Amino acid sequence: MERAELISLLSSRLGSALLSTAEMRNDDTLVVVDRKELVSAVGTLKNDPALGFTTLMNHLGADYRDKLAVIYNLWSPALRNKITVKVYLDRDNPEVPSLERAFHGISWYERETYDLFGIRFTGHSNLKRLLLPDDWEGHPLRKDYVAPQSYNGIETGRPDLLDEPAAAEGTGV
Amino acid sequence: MLERFNMVGRLSGDPDLVLTTVDAAVNLARANSLWYLLMGLACCSIELMQTGGPRADIDRFGSLFRATPRQSDLMIVAGTVTLKMAPRLRRLYDQMAEPKYVIAMGSCANCGGPFDLSYSVLRGVDKIIPVDVYLPGCPPRPEALTEALLKVQEKIRKERYFLKKEA
Repeated sequence: MERAELISLLSSRLGSALLSTAEMRNDDTLVVVDRKELVSAVGTLKNDPALGFTTLMNHLGADYRDKLAVIYNLWSPALRNKITVKVYLDRDNPEVPSLERAFHGISWYERETYDLFGIRFTGHSNLKRLLLPDDWEGHPLRKDYVAPQSYNGIETGRPDLLDEPAAAEGTGV
Repeated sequence: MLERFNMVGRLSGDPDLVLTTVDAAVNLARANSLWYLLMGLACCSIELMQTGGPRADIDRFGSLFRATPRQSDLMIVAGTVTLKMAPRLRRLYDQMAEPKYVIAMGSCANCGGPFDLSYSVLRGVDKIIPVDVYLPGCPPRPEALTEALLKVQEKIRKERYFLKKEA
């Protein structure tokens, strides 16, 4: 389906939940959705017979410094089209409803996004850290994350050989 | 007269008798029965498996893998040690019976390797356990791991096991 045709179809079906659309550099269609209406919008995308975006290809988090975002890549076998659904979030209180009910397989993706970005998915059945240890502090993929110098008594820092020549001399490197 | 006390000279004609020290005999046995703990953590473990395979065949040096630390003499740390894995690795090392040896296999186990700048990777396994042989490479070839094993054997043969002082 052509992009213009797809966009007009999407805007007619999604209504006010659709905030904007754009063409992405990878020839994909970007669909920005209102955070409060994410669950209903995804439900429409998945269940509407004219759309049929039944396949969740990927789920990502993103940090734009002033705001965070979650991204869903959906594929419609019926339309043979791919769309990128994006939801912008507050940096101070990043919270978005979980899509576990629509796509069961998203469970661990959302846990990973929570682990690395600190985005909370409300209604998630088991929102714990997936990759990092449970006692880890902070969310490493955020732009303002500063790696700690030690973890549980294990030294993790290293001298920056480019920035601090004095520190490098001290360690005999 | 002195020939009476020259045991070596006196017994050299006897083909069934070999004179040695207990240390040397035990060390020979220990060096040639180094059972290693399966500690494959990343791509280095593929090379570790190759080393156990028929071409490199580490078995001919008396070394074979055990899946439990309680029966292992040698820990081959093959791969990237994350901070999440580090306490578990230390625990496995503590469960091994003395005397025990460690080969840090590959750049990751030596110093963090290509993940040096990562937030989640331990920069060298020697930060948590003592290492006997550092084996560079990313990953090292089976021949290199065999060489590292021979280095550990060399070290064991030189040890004075029975006269070792208690720490």
